[in-house]
Amino acid sequence: MPAAKNRLNDFVLKIANVNGTGSASANGLLMKSFFRMGIPVVGKNFFPSNIQGMPTWYEIRITKKGYKARSGTVDILVAMNAETYGDDIKEVAPGGYLVYDSTWPRQKTLSRPDITIIGIPLAAMCNEEYSNPRLRILMKNMAYVGAVAALVDIDMAVIRELISQIFASKTDLVPANMKAIELGHDYVKANFTCPLPLRVKAMNKTKGHILIDGNTAAGLGCVYAGATIGAWYPITPSTSLMDAFKAFCTRFRVDRSTGEKRFAIIQAEDELASAGMVLGAGWTGARAFTCTSGPGISLMSELIGLGYYAEIPMVLFDIQRVGPSTGMPTRTQQSDIQICAYASHGDTRHVLLFPADPGECFDHAVAAFDLAERLQTPVFVVSDLDIGMNDWMCKDFKWDDGYRPDRGKVLNDEDLEKVENFYRYLDVDGDGIPYRTLPGSNPKGAYFARGSGHDRYGARTEVGDEYQDVMDRLLIKWQTAADLVPPPVIRRAREKTKLAILSVGSCDGAVREALDNLARRGAMLDYMRVRAFPFNEKVESFLAEHDRIFVVEQNRDGQLKGLITIETEVEKDKLISVLQYDGLPMDSRVIERAIGEALAKEVAA
Amino acid sequence: MSFIRKPRVPYEGQEVNALGRTRADYEGFMSTLCAGCGHDSVTAAITRAFFELSIPPHRAVKISGIGCSSKTTAYFLGQSHGNNTAHGRMPSIATGTQAANAGLHCIGVSGDGDTLSIGLGQFAHAIRRNVNMLYVIENNGVYGLTKGQFSASAALGAKPKKGEANVQMPIDPVKTALALGASFIARSFSGDKAQLVPLIKAGLSHKGFALIDVLSPCVTFNDHEDSTMSYAYAYQNLQPAADADFIDPNREEIVTDYDQGDIIPVTLHDGSKILLKKAEEDYDPRDLGRAFDYVMRHQEQGQIVTGLLYIDETLPDMHEGNKTVGTPLVDLPFEDLCPGSDALASLQERYR
Repeated sequence: MPAAKNRLNDFVLKIANVNGTGSASANGLLMKSFFRMGIPVVGKNFFPSNIQGMPTWYEIRITKKGYKARSGTVDILVAMNAETYGDDIKEVAPGGYLVYDSTWPRQKTLSRPDITIIGIPLAAMCNEEYSNPRLRILMKNMAYVGAVAALVDIDMAVIRELISQIFASKTDLVPANMKAIELGHDYVKANFTCPLPLRVKAMNKTKGHILIDGNTAAGLGCVYAGATIGAWYPITPSTSLMDAFKAFCTRFRVDRSTGEKRFAIIQAEDELASAGMVLGAGWTGARAFTCTSGPGISLMSELIGLGYYAEIPMVLFDIQRVGPSTGMPTRTQQSDIQICAYASHGDTRHVLLFPADPGECFDHAVAAFDLAERLQTPVFVVSDLDIGMNDWMCKDFKWDDGYRPDRGKVLNDEDLEKVENFYRYLDVDGDGIPYRTLPGSNPKGAYFARGSGHDRYGARTEVGDEYQDVMDRLLIKWQTAADLVPPPVIRRAREKTKLAILSVGSCDGAVREALDNLARRGAMLDYMRVRAFPFNEKVESFLAEHDRIFVVEQNRDGQLKGLITIETEVEKDKLISVLQYDGLPMDSRVIERAIGEALAKEVAA
Repeated sequence: MSFIRKPRVPYEGQEVNALGRTRADYEGFMSTLCAGCGHDSVTAAITRAFFELSIPPHRAVKISGIGCSSKTTAYFLGQSHGNNTAHGRMPSIATGTQAANAGLHCIGVSGDGDTLSIGLGQFAHAIRRNVNMLYVIENNGVYGLTKGQFSASAALGAKPKKGEANVQMPIDPVKTALALGASFIARSFSGDKAQLVPLIKAGLSHKGFALIDVLSPCVTFNDHEDSTMSYAYAYQNLQPAADADFIDPNREEIVTDYDQGDIIPVTLHDGSKILLKKAEEDYDPRDLGRAFDYVMRHQEQGQIVTGLLYIDETLPDMHEGNKTVGTPLVDLPFEDLCPGSDALASLQERYR
């Protein structure tokens, strides 16, 4: 077995487990320990669409450079699931380590000469220590936390502090948990050379940062934006967004003395109804939203078209998962880009925001409500499972207390007194956005919203010119939207180049890492991450500046590439797809390999 | 081309309500439905009810789906906001509207296709939530705009003008609502304004989901001799169970006019009263089991019972269930909604 080289603060730890055993808290504890030691981390949870008994993995990348994506390798694997042991052992990089529960004999066939196997009798130790069966299972997880701590040299003081904080309200649980951690820790110290060459050392690179998932961030953003109504239908992986909204509202918006709520969350009978509720509330003047995933967008499409044509603000969070159909509910993808862009029959186009991490989920949530009300139209925040359900290291969220919601062009009673006539769908100032009024306001502002053909005055029509007039005005509004949405983020290479990467959302971390690695090999590429649809002038000019543009995204059909082709002036043959759509978070090696090969081919030709 | 404002000609001695408004203030555009359509009578009854209740027109909101019935929201309350939504989706949009602004009087108008076929799910769940709204079904058993197909409320064996008899069981909105636990269930007939107007007033005053299933014959496609939804059939087979007299809180003295033995007074949350006049001894509109039995027994005899068939004025509505604050959510100031930067800073400690 080759001796592993010393690698400080730069390796991947992966834990294989069975879901429903409480491993999530143990894994979270490990992740937070590294973070508290000031070392940047990337955590990815690979979980089954199941409640108990199926394989689950948690991957922690310790990355001193602060990369945001998976590295694609595994250096230390904690194999707690005998069922997946065979596959798990194959994943370990040469020179790496496999930690397993040696309570039971290991099959001789399951070994590799190029890695180190570390056996710890976790179950045996816990069975001896605890009599309660459930506790035995839970504490086995805490025991491997202790073992890993000894192996990679995690500061035990940090772990102790975390345990006391986690169980702050149930202090009687602290000793049992600490005992289990010590069991693992002490066994490893006594039986193996510690720490391993792969280990951690305290740094100072996590100050001013938090570890948070995108759905929690988005739910918090909805609270800060002043949303009062959330209507939804439970669906993985979006559920935790509404859970977060509820938890924050319960904390911040329940009257202490009366118990009265300054919000309403309605669990609808299906996604179609939740879209209807959001439209009803938005039309009435509340900030309302729904959160869903691809299958929900399919159902909601009918009413999204009503929102577009009747010009009603609504905010939708699409936490994308693997499609088509039910697909793989607990795996990630970016395969709803086109359905969101054009949801519903007829000529419709929708404003999309594409957050790349939880920080942007928070910001985009607030922006989405402002845009929806300013533009009087459905606005989508197109996130995904990777962003939504994994913990990401983000800069602290900031809030400007001077912020006030942009309610857009709403005439109140006072305004209505001053105007001679009010016509709902009349563009009076050329931005394509008419004024609206809210139900309950001055009778002069009464109007009849409708999804059927209407003219600029709001009256029903079947006259071609009158119908077309409104449809053409909606296009002017679309152009206004292009100037209001967040601009793309552009990163220039060290040298001037005609090569570029175009990408979106959660690919960002992997793209940035790939750019660094490609640059080291002499390949210089500029990078643009689009943050919204419609695409504005900045997107157009970046596309025009480059000859070869690699479009990196997580779906089979190159949906972003397709949208760019339809919606910009770019010549189609400049665009080359780089795709990953296996359901796992984007991996920088996929990008490096694809671009490396494409560039090598060009040199050869 | 498609809408005509009704001419407003003031005349001396015209009726005014407590707000000093005339009935014209509660009217909408000219109807474009077929001459003689039952729906136009329902429109007139709704107009009358809002006028008599002296509800400021702009404090009402009217929502509908798609179909002949759903068009009618344009024909009343021209000074109210209206939303003519999508087929079968009125309940969810009304639910959102009510969630946002509980201070508005919400009326939803739907048809038998809109409610019992494409919209059955949303109808059921609006009942389940006890959304505070009046839900009127203008029920004629056919799809008019697509030229006369049977809807889900068509009776078994009902014959169309042309083609084959209906072979599927009807879905009865009243029995469905009874089974689902609606808190106010009534049935009436478009031709019976004397019964319909007080029912609409009671439904509007009821805090919770009030259903009125109104038989409203389609003169074009379902008013022929073999129809079970024609004017003639309705006049022959309607069986009033309990008429409702709606009593304004300020005019309570009327109570004494009735024989107390047959009267069940129901006090609504706003202090108004419904006086239920029982047509039959064994009827009790607050006993769900007996109401069901009564409806079923008459149905077996080919009779359609009308009136206020069931009421539970104690069931909490959606907002009570949610414990929503009394101020409508749309009226809450932003300061009461946004926790601010200090709260955000301290909250984030949990994520380190």
